[in-house]
Amino acid sequence: MMNLLKRLQYPILAPLIGLSLWQAVVWLTNAPHFILPGPLRVAQAGYKNWESISGHALVTATEIGLGLVIGILLGVATAINLATSPRLARLSLPLLVFTQAVPVFALAPILTLWFGYGMGSKIIMAVLIIYFPVTSAFYDGLSRTPSGLLDLARTMGARPSQVMWRIKIPHALPSLASGLKLAAVYAPIGAVIGEWVGSSNGLGYLMLLANGRAKTDLMFASVFVLAIMTVVLHRLISMLANRVSAMAASGEAPPKI
Amino acid sequence: MTNAPAITLSGSYRLDQIPLFSDVNLHLQAGEWTCLLGKSGMGKSTILRLILGLEVAGAFTGDITAGDGAPIDGRASYMAQTDLLLPWLTLRENVVLGARLRGDTADLGRADQLIDRVGLRDYRDAKPAALSGGMRQRAALARCLMEDRPVVLLDEPFSALDAGTRADMQDLAAEVLAGRTVLLVTHDPAEACRLGHRIILLTAEGTQNWPVPDSAPIRRADDPQVLQGQAALLAHLRGAAA
Repeated sequence: MMNLLKRLQYPILAPLIGLSLWQAVVWLTNAPHFILPGPLRVAQAGYKNWESISGHALVTATEIGLGLVIGILLGVATAINLATSPRLARLSLPLLVFTQAVPVFALAPILTLWFGYGMGSKIIMAVLIIYFPVTSAFYDGLSRTPSGLLDLARTMGARPSQVMWRIKIPHALPSLASGLKLAAVYAPIGAVIGEWVGSSNGLGYLMLLANGRAKTDLMFASVFVLAIMTVVLHRLISMLANRVSAMAASGEAPPKI
Repeated sequence: MTNAPAITLSGSYRLDQIPLFSDVNLHLQAGEWTCLLGKSGMGKSTILRLILGLEVAGAFTGDITAGDGAPIDGRASYMAQTDLLLPWLTLRENVVLGARLRGDTADLGRADQLIDRVGLRDYRDAKPAALSGGMRQRAALARCLMEDRPVVLLDEPFSALDAGTRADMQDLAAEVLAGRTVLLVTHDPAEACRLGHRIILLTAEGTQNWPVPDSAPIRRADDPQVLQGQAALLAHLRGAAA
């Protein structure tokens, strides 16, 4: 029991301190509630509008989830292709970096124009924002296979495809894992930007709506739900990523691909 | 291993237009151990990589041929200073890596025999992280035997081991690789004097044969001739370095 308390000490203490500071600012500045609502008011707004918030949260969560899956699959496939063909890599890496120089924010309106106000454009936004980190982290890992292992494989008369599956990919799993952790944090940003630019559903839409009607407490409640979703997603992906890294380091058998 | 070929490498090697070694004429006798010594950076490992057909940084002009006229590619296996075991595979899976990488079915029964032969029976299913440095080099040796190639090229495979383990590994390697054409690149005069049917020194001017003790390898570490030989060889190497 004492151990559990000790372990939970900081996870409990940190939010408490944060909430107290927040309340202190509200009291000290004497700000009206439509400028800065206190924590209690935000909690009340969240409770009162729970049905609406959870509905919008489900839409955003779906966009994030689908965006993550598609973005990760595309990123992994691209990285493997780049690692297989150095010529392709030399040709397309500068291109990839260039596309990253274009902020997704700038693309959001045109994506909405192309793919509509529904979930499609938001999913594509999430895919776009995570595709590069996943590709570049995994490609980096794939191109760092120790040369000794490649020499050994060469003397064994290995097939390139087998070297990829049995040596390069397992060796690059920890790099892929760090790309996945980044993706878990970026994907919600992509989805919410998409919702801001044009939609009738999702937490991003709800935030804009609440803000426009000076329902600042509802806006804060939506932000909190989004933040909690992102933290949970990051934790889940981190756990998965750490497992994958441990496998590659020595732990259990690698996934049978 | 009666079909082990002799191997001859003759030629010069330039790195960034600067000759690293010229007019080298290295002859590996069929079925014998040849030990190659020389200063660091002289190109010992390069020679080994050239015979293996691996990429090298510079340009080699000359010939690398097998005594029987057939290509060397596919007949040579390789052991490096590091064990090159894949950390996510068990010892047995590591031993059969070659077959897996070629897309063939792995002969697990034979792998187990070879693992027994290098004395790792109890560790078949262990991960490399659970093995000591000496055990990992034994595993690498088993993997090398699994490939069953008539030519074996060793790049300082025992240099990272402690003295006792190193002597054990030398005994084991000499036993299990008997009859194959072996090139051992080494820094250690004692190792060369124990293991070599012949000892060759690599210098910028080319190769030079060094006399070996009269007895056949593997020689006892405390054989007076071995001790004398290694002392003389060490003195020569130091003199050459000065």
